[in-house]
Amino acid sequence: MQGNTACAEGALAAGCRFFGGYPITPSTEVAEHMALKLPKTGGVFIQMEDEIASIAAVIGASWTGVRAMTATSGPGFSLMMENLGFAVITETPCVVVNIQRGGPSTGQPTMAAQGDMLQCRFGSHGDYSVIALSPASVQEMYDLTAEAFNLSDRFRVPVFVMADEIIGHMREKLVVPDTVPRQERKLLKKGDLPFRAGDDLVPGFPTFGKGYSVHVTGLTHDERGYPCATSPSVHEDLVNRLVDKVESARDAISSADIVNPDARVVFISYGAPSRAVQQVLHDTSRDDIGHLRLKLVWPFAESLLSRFPDAETFIVPELNLGQMAREIQRHTDRTVIPVPKLGGALHNPSDLAGLLEEVA
Amino acid sequence: MTYADWFREDRLPHIYCVGCGNGTVINCTLSAVDQMGWEKEETVFVSGIGCSSRAPGYIVTDSLHTTHGRAIAFATGIKMANPDLRVIVFTGDGDLAAIGGNHFIHACRRNIDLTVVCMNNMIYGMTGGQGSPTTPPGALSTTTPYGSGEAAFDLCGLAAAAGANYVARYTSYHVKELTRAVRGGLENPGFSFIEALVQCPTNYGRRNKFRQVMDQIEYFKSHALLVQKADRMREEGKKIPDDMIIIGILARRNRPALGVRK
Repeated sequence: MQGNTACAEGALAAGCRFFGGYPITPSTEVAEHMALKLPKTGGVFIQMEDEIASIAAVIGASWTGVRAMTATSGPGFSLMMENLGFAVITETPCVVVNIQRGGPSTGQPTMAAQGDMLQCRFGSHGDYSVIALSPASVQEMYDLTAEAFNLSDRFRVPVFVMADEIIGHMREKLVVPDTVPRQERKLLKKGDLPFRAGDDLVPGFPTFGKGYSVHVTGLTHDERGYPCATSPSVHEDLVNRLVDKVESARDAISSADIVNPDARVVFISYGAPSRAVQQVLHDTSRDDIGHLRLKLVWPFAESLLSRFPDAETFIVPELNLGQMAREIQRHTDRTVIPVPKLGGALHNPSDLAGLLEEVA
Repeated sequence: MTYADWFREDRLPHIYCVGCGNGTVINCTLSAVDQMGWEKEETVFVSGIGCSSRAPGYIVTDSLHTTHGRAIAFATGIKMANPDLRVIVFTGDGDLAAIGGNHFIHACRRNIDLTVVCMNNMIYGMTGGQGSPTTPPGALSTTTPYGSGEAAFDLCGLAAAAGANYVARYTSYHVKELTRAVRGGLENPGFSFIEALVQCPTNYGRRNKFRQVMDQIEYFKSHALLVQKADRMREEGKKIPDDMIIIGILARRNRPALGVRK
């Protein structure tokens, strides 16, 4: 099965019942498959007039209690940024799949890139935090998309599936599980204030149409949900909670494959470059090479680095100019070597092996 | 119930200026909703950004106060995901026709079962009186200090041409007619658009020779021309002055619609 189709199938298995989207290469197959399948599951597919409307419709649908998603690529992702900030401040669960292509601007529509890794974390204005996953196989397009809905409902944040054109258009065998784990959205208890959170920092969800009479606004709001845009303390408390509810869970939700924790030289990768690294590890006869493959990229769990206590060097191949390498650098005093790659082609395993010989 | 039962009283007082026309439109809309006998639990108000868009915050139903221009797109998601909900959008001329113009025409084309009430004050009120897509030619604003040099949008003509099932225009002077028009929109399946011209004494009136609130309301009264009379005048070959405001039910039809409650 194709990666993009697996992504749609994973969403359907997770109970996604609303898709609002707009055609864009190289993500379009996700929308096409949802258009084919959603009506047969009692769900709704709607092709909106642009990506701004797509994410808006997804957020609106989410307030009726359904699992909702969209899929896009660079230019459309840029258009979604304002409304993604709205989803953050209103704590609306939603899943956004980005099949990354070369940018900036129209760039390389049919070629792979990982150039939106910082945009998905920081692209909307103001301070906030989100969750991003990065699949490296067709199987993970299915599994991680399904998991994205659980994380989004649990934390009430947008969750990004940051894939790339290679994984999205790759065809591999997919094993479809009988069921996927499902964690439901915690509902608001009647009588509780709609934006007052408990110890988990996530308030219960007041689904529209259930008699909560909730006012939901993109303005800074108090625990009743009422606009309160000039109180310094209300704003500070709200934004701190929005960030803390995700960041305080970064070890608990971290997800990565760890190969050879005794290694001296460790590759760190996510998405398509992981495949080149796996080939290097497969081919090498050395036993001091390790691999940290991130499946959950944001929030970055720096504790993963200490799983390699003997590591002297981290090598970070990415299809960008070192976006996650910069994040890794700020969490370690060991050598971090970014291996940037632009243009759409994957790192050549022999080049990475050559680099390995130069380093150690 | 009366319209007053729909207010979220613990949010009062509201932010509107003395003499603002928006309150009239909110009252007319809530009266119409009340006449329909709808339950609060099944009714959702959605809005974008601007003075008009603060209205849902004063109404005690579920409500979504969204981003600038995008209210109809958010409302589309709500209505498509749960057609049992009654979804009403409050918007303004800048929100709807400038930044939100594309969502507006596509919602008309889809003929999705929403009722959109536009408070058209012909100005950006909340940001202090800048020209909008409905600012009349020659009118003064902070960004048209020498008089607007652009044509104004005919919002109702746009909605009707783009496929909306129901289109009506009144003003804040026409309280009973406006209430009936909103009710007509709520009753009619498909996309309903009601434009309500409103006075903005703070940012439009005082710059445009309406020194008192009543001056602009009197203008609406004296310049309103019922659509049937306008049609008759056209048939008789009479010219309709450019500054006349055509009021009435401008389109009512039953084209196939999206998101209608079953």
